[in-house]
Amino acid sequence: MSDVISVASFTVAMAALATLVMLPPGVGVAWLLARRRFPGRAVLETLVSLPLVLPPVATGLILLKLIGRRGPVGAVLERFGIDLVFTWRAVVLAMAVMGLPLLVRAAREGFEQVDRRYEQIAATLGASPARVFFSVSLPLARRGVLAGALLGFSRALGEFGATILVAGALPSTRTIAVAIYSYTETGQEAAATTMLLVSATIAFGALMLSNRVAASAP
Amino acid sequence: MPTPITLDLSLRQGDFTLEIRERFDARVVALFGPSGAGKTSILESVAGLRTPERGLIRIGARTLFDAEVGTDIPPHDRRVGYVPQDLALFPHLNVRRNVLYGAGAGDGVGQELDRVLALLELRPLLDRDVTALSGGERQRVALARALMASPAVLLLDEPLAALDGGLRARVLPYLERIRDELTIPMVYVSHAEAEVRVIADWVVVLDGGRVVRSGAEL
Repeated sequence: MSDVISVASFTVAMAALATLVMLPPGVGVAWLLARRRFPGRAVLETLVSLPLVLPPVATGLILLKLIGRRGPVGAVLERFGIDLVFTWRAVVLAMAVMGLPLLVRAAREGFEQVDRRYEQIAATLGASPARVFFSVSLPLARRGVLAGALLGFSRALGEFGATILVAGALPSTRTIAVAIYSYTETGQEAAATTMLLVSATIAFGALMLSNRVAASAP
Repeated sequence: MPTPITLDLSLRQGDFTLEIRERFDARVVALFGPSGAGKTSILESVAGLRTPERGLIRIGARTLFDAEVGTDIPPHDRRVGYVPQDLALFPHLNVRRNVLYGAGAGDGVGQELDRVLALLELRPLLDRDVTALSGGERQRVALARALMASPAVLLLDEPLAALDGGLRARVLPYLERIRDELTIPMVYVSHAEAEVRVIADWVVVLDGGRVVRSGAEL
């Protein structure tokens, strides 16, 4: 039972961290896609959605190529003594990349629903573009952003394919999804079922909350 | 001493072309004409929310737009107090935060706030939610918000059009007080003859994007 609690709490903590990591770029990209026309917009839109349609293992492999010791990002990080692969940091990264498309979609919808009039009037009142974003656009799009964050969190909780490739199934990196796989592989059906129930309960709660937030009155 | 205002611009929107070449020395200039005459487009050009094809927009000694030399001051640096027809009060902020949105952070803000609140009799409404205000109250909050941004010019788009006869009669004196007690020039859009006669000291009659008449009398 203590194993279940430690794996579940590790997974929730990693998913929460991944949500925090994906929020700034996710909200930024969502706003760009909702409000700006620029060259390469369609490419960015496709790139962000790619993890939704690529096999998660393929996304994991791309990440491994990037953050592995011989990868372009991994080699730079290694010079600063930072190792990502097979650590909890890799779990967070994999979860963030897989959750990002869901966050961007919901947040973008949130920004699109904000009447541009408010942003224009804020500008005429002397607000810089950054102030307009933080004082008008973001607060008015908050329901979409929050619903997106909860969706991204839910997706992160269930992440398996990319995580197992970049973080493995080590005791120090084991998430609920990886534990279910390991227990099933080794014939520990009771433990796998318990993990399954924990996973389903948390995901159900997060999704319910996300739907309620998205549907709540402005 | 009236502030000179130059509105010399051409704007094209699909089949509609707007042409105005006027210079005024008046406290309140009314742009008068039927719907679709181009009145709002002129205000939006002054506010920087539309870019004219050619022309010059000057308020006093300050050039806001000059197509010839490529001057196009961004909306947040224009110092215009724009009150659009839909008012666009920020729905997530209460009356106080709406009114103070464009206010600076200097020592004089408190005094300026007292003056504007007294002028528009808004003090009892400060902590109210803007969505819970009546039409006349909303109009006064929008005026106060524009005034608190220390504008070099006030741009009022049909400020009384959405109000019924009784409310109109109650809000008009507030506009007269702004005209008489403050030294801010106003560009006042309306299609109501009686209103224009009371408030304006220069009238530009527009129809179909062209100036039909311009003078001290309607």
